[in-house]
Amino acid sequence: MSADSQQQSIRCLVAKVGLDGHDRGAHVIARAFRDAGFEVVYSGLHNAPDEIVQAAVQEDVNVLGISILSGAHNTLVPKIIDGLKEYDAFEDTLVLVGGVVPDDDKEELKEMGVAEVFGPGTPMEETIEFVRENAPER
Amino acid sequence: MNADGAHADLVEELLAGKHRALARVITKIENRAPGYRELVSQLHQHTGDAEVIGITGSPGAGKSTLVDKMANRYRERGETVGVIAVDPSSPFTGGAVLGDRIRMASNVGDMDVFFRSMSARGHLGGLSTATTDAVKALDAFGKDKIIIETVGAGQNEIDIVKTADTVAVLVPPGSGDNVQMLKAGILEIGDVFAVNKADLDGADQTVQELREMIHMRGTAGSGMASSGHHGNAGGSDRMKGGAGDEGDGEDGEDEYDWEPQVVETIAKEGEGVEEFLGVLADHYEYLEESGLLETRAQTRYAEEIRTLLRNDVSALMEDEIEAQGGIEKMADRVLERETDPYSVADDVLKPLRDCLEEQ
Repeated sequence: MSADSQQQSIRCLVAKVGLDGHDRGAHVIARAFRDAGFEVVYSGLHNAPDEIVQAAVQEDVNVLGISILSGAHNTLVPKIIDGLKEYDAFEDTLVLVGGVVPDDDKEELKEMGVAEVFGPGTPMEETIEFVRENAPER
Repeated sequence: MNADGAHADLVEELLAGKHRALARVITKIENRAPGYRELVSQLHQHTGDAEVIGITGSPGAGKSTLVDKMANRYRERGETVGVIAVDPSSPFTGGAVLGDRIRMASNVGDMDVFFRSMSARGHLGGLSTATTDAVKALDAFGKDKIIIETVGAGQNEIDIVKTADTVAVLVPPGSGDNVQMLKAGILEIGDVFAVNKADLDGADQTVQELREMIHMRGTAGSGMASSGHHGNAGGSDRMKGGAGDEGDGEDGEDEYDWEPQVVETIAKEGEGVEEFLGVLADHYEYLEESGLLETRAQTRYAEEIRTLLRNDVSALMEDEIEAQGGIEKMADRVLERETDPYSVADDVLKPLRDCLEEQ
């Protein structure tokens, strides 16, 4: 095989934003994504929206998965989306939110540009399938 | 045609300092997306100003933490930094978790530290090409310092750090008895050694062992001297890419007589980082003054051209094999003793050889 053959790969940033200090779920999803053949950049705990934007832009990820359990999604997610827009990165980034989000907020997040919200108990395959089908091309 | 136009814009935007464009260019390089070669060609004339530093060492040696602190110091001096961190990918799924970003805490929110994770993607030898091209993108973007960080585990990883002007090897304390130190491998490629986590037990001994090793490869008895010199010149030899460099005399202009330095660091606390950067700067200065910086760059480009040609020729040959009925058919004929592998190879190559001779 020539080293020149095209090698597309789905790149995801799994991000923990805000104050909650529980990232078991983020680890599980990072691992599941890896096993699905994705390249996963894990951001670590306690990220500010700025950091997430910086990482998403520099890593040029197709998918940004934001995990929030603290209930602060209404303040944090818009900041991230605005940041992505500032760097012209919003259009071709699939933004997902995982965590505990009330139905009303879900709709609001989607209107803002979040592609999908995955609540607790979502089967991993469902998320992976969604990413495969919707990840923007590079 | 359309792709060409889009790429011209990308190059323009990258040169204008748009982070998004830089990130996208690196993605295209990684993906070997259509037109990426042209992209890299266009960038080339804007490169050559950055200082490239390779950092390698075993997993857990503290590479990312040190890189974070390095980037921070460079930024304090007003220099911009690009970091490429290479992580392995799964040989089964191709997936990877790229976790080094977590440790870039000192540079959070500072876009002038451009940190990019790359996965090995199972390339056979292609990874170093992709990394070299990504370095070019950062260089053209105008980064003053570019740091390549990779686990020093195998040939592929060692190939990557060859792209660097200066190679630093991180050694954690107690990482081996003196037998480990004698083993061939990453210890031979270091211009600078950092014994990181120097606050741990065994640090002094590790420093001692490293110094002895360096001393031995520099000044062993006459029989050893040439091999010692070789080991030493490994620094410059490694640039030559093994075979096919008859041009360079053994002791020709490529006299690499830099004695590798050993520095103690506690990256987590930022201790010793200043000294470490000082030694890196010394090495760079040495390369500049001795003219080796240029000689090495030339050797690197020579090797890069060879690699590209090898890849391209082998791709051409793959097409030719297909055109002549496929490799299985050829193997079958060999199996039936109708022909032999040498004759087949000759036949496949014939059109190419004829073409070149007619020129």
